[in-house]
Amino acid sequence: MHIHKYEKIWLVFGIGCLFVFLTIIGVSAFAKGNQPPSCLTTIDPEKVDQTPPFNKPGLVKTGDNEYQLNMVAAAFAFTPAQVEIPKGAKVTINITTKDVIHGFEVVGTNINMMVEPGYVNSFTKTFDKTGEYTILCNEYCGAGHHMMTARIKVVD
Amino acid sequence: MNEMVKVDRRDAKLALAHIYVAFIALGLGGLAGLLQTLVRSGKFELPANISYYTILTTHGVLLGLVLTTFFIIGFQFAAVSRTAGTFSDRVRFWGWVGFWLMTVGTAITAFFILIGQASVLYTFYAPLQAHPGFYLGLTLVVVGSWVSGFAIFAHYARWKKEHPKQVSPLLTFMAVANMILWLVCSLGVAATVLIQLLPWSLGLVDRVNVLVSRTLFWYFGHPLVYFWLLPAYMVWYAIVPKIIGGKIFSDSLARLSFILFLFFSIPVGFHHQLMEPGIDPFWKYVQVVLTFMVAIPSLMTAFAMFATFELYGRSKGATGLFGWLRKLPWGDARFFAPFVGMVFFIPAGAGGLVNASHQLDQVVHNTIWITGHFHLTLATTVVLTFFGAAYWLVPHLSGRVMTKAMNRLAIIQTIVWVIGMTFMSGSMHFEGLLGAPRRSAFSTYGNSPQALEWIPYQIAQAVGGTILFIGIILVLIIITNLAFFAPKGETEFPVAEVAEGAERTPLAMENWKLWIGITVALILIAYTIPFIDMIQNAPPGSKGYKLW
Repeated sequence: MHIHKYEKIWLVFGIGCLFVFLTIIGVSAFAKGNQPPSCLTTIDPEKVDQTPPFNKPGLVKTGDNEYQLNMVAAAFAFTPAQVEIPKGAKVTINITTKDVIHGFEVVGTNINMMVEPGYVNSFTKTFDKTGEYTILCNEYCGAGHHMMTARIKVVD
Repeated sequence: MNEMVKVDRRDAKLALAHIYVAFIALGLGGLAGLLQTLVRSGKFELPANISYYTILTTHGVLLGLVLTTFFIIGFQFAAVSRTAGTFSDRVRFWGWVGFWLMTVGTAITAFFILIGQASVLYTFYAPLQAHPGFYLGLTLVVVGSWVSGFAIFAHYARWKKEHPKQVSPLLTFMAVANMILWLVCSLGVAATVLIQLLPWSLGLVDRVNVLVSRTLFWYFGHPLVYFWLLPAYMVWYAIVPKIIGGKIFSDSLARLSFILFLFFSIPVGFHHQLMEPGIDPFWKYVQVVLTFMVAIPSLMTAFAMFATFELYGRSKGATGLFGWLRKLPWGDARFFAPFVGMVFFIPAGAGGLVNASHQLDQVVHNTIWITGHFHLTLATTVVLTFFGAAYWLVPHLSGRVMTKAMNRLAIIQTIVWVIGMTFMSGSMHFEGLLGAPRRSAFSTYGNSPQALEWIPYQIAQAVGGTILFIGIILVLIIITNLAFFAPKGETEFPVAEVAEGAERTPLAMENWKLWIGITVALILIAYTIPFIDMIQNAPPGSKGYKLW
């Protein structure tokens, strides 16, 4: 099929850009480990309260400056609702839900996960700056969806 | 000049019926949208305990599903009848069957939303459980659209039989491609609704596999947006050139772009599920790569459009690099509205690439940035093109003509839309970057300082939403005029011809078996392994919840 010379230039440039973008995404994801939250662990959504670590939600120290934050989402609250994290801590957040789908977003960071019944989702983040962060549910879950929130305080 | 080719009156009636429903949906859905922006500004509350989420569900279903599907099928019926000849009685009969199935389905769904039994939003994610009537109504809408799709296929097959070894008319080819796309993708939503959600909401089964349901939904959900976009591309490729007095740049490339859309718009649903547990990140990346491929036919379209415009301008004696821009018929709403739609697709498409990129999506996923994004793609690019098409299609079908005054009003309508959308979508994008969630009523999240920063943007959205609602009133005035009150007369259904010297379109372009084969192969490559994983490693299913 005949393609006009200018169109060839345009398409080579455009498709070239797409491949550059894809390379950046791919290198960042696979070489540097910046994968989106994709935890494959499953859980019985009706037995969350009896399943460790979610039977005792909260912050757990797991190593030198390393922590696990285990959270439970349920309409329309996160447990725990308030967490203090020491500055500079590397925190792996694990979260699951007892009922419907929720979203877990820490405003102003790139912590952003879908929380789905039957699955644990997980993301690791180092908190370098002190201050207060708002956690909110960003997937519609019912009448109280916009009231579903929690706080993280990063302290010295 | 040849005698004007008219759509047969009986076919016109069928097409018009669809378009009426579409514009009624626009009015009601637009009102719901206005109420949402007002509530979210924090300055208004809905009266009488009406839930924000009921209104939101109404808005999404009416504008995302009803306005689009009805307008598209009505437009395609008219375009196929115009270019491939009047329908047989049988095809028309099935067209009406499709119409009534969709209309009754819409009425049932709307009823259960409005009585508060289905505030599950238009994505109806399980395990939120709506009344069975909601799912039943949606099923009828989809089945009705299939009936209409097969009516179009039957008419196309007859044309091919009567015109052996000839290339089909471009608009008919495009309508067939779009209906194949729709059929292949809507199998996913039909599967989750019929096999999973309907039996579950009726109490026949207790539990549902949530991730499988979402995956089937998004297998449908992304091609859905291309099902909306392709009719706009039909207008751009095959109709706008005629309106400005130019020619189609290349018939073959136009067809090729539609085939590429068929290939690449389906196996990409995971880019809506990038933040999701239970899906291996490798398969997310595979689908991100395929997602980026779908930008290629849009790049081709952009080139073809501007080539058509420039060739036309130069043929009228334009000089200089951009002199041809001045030769375009800016005062003709049939050109102006779709043109503005094209321009808005540039930032809209760039935003789409952002959303499909893992790491960037982590910043914007489920924020109101996404809402801002599809109010550029669907609610500006597609909708303004549909408006622009309605300005000749409705009077053509109703046997009337658009007056100068109505044309002027349509130009004003387009400008109102641009202003309103710049406010609304612009502030949604900025607010989303600050982390504000989509699909949420007004909230300060316990006076969080971060959430308080969002309020000025939400007020800007209410201003934009109000301006857009004025735009909707204007377009409804114009459409009502064109359908019932404009002076009687003949309006052209513009169909462009291919530029002289353009290569003949190869017959191989219509090798549907091959195109569908490649489409299915790509779907299998992208979905088979992760889907089997989901089922083999499935957690216990979920009971239904009604949390509104």
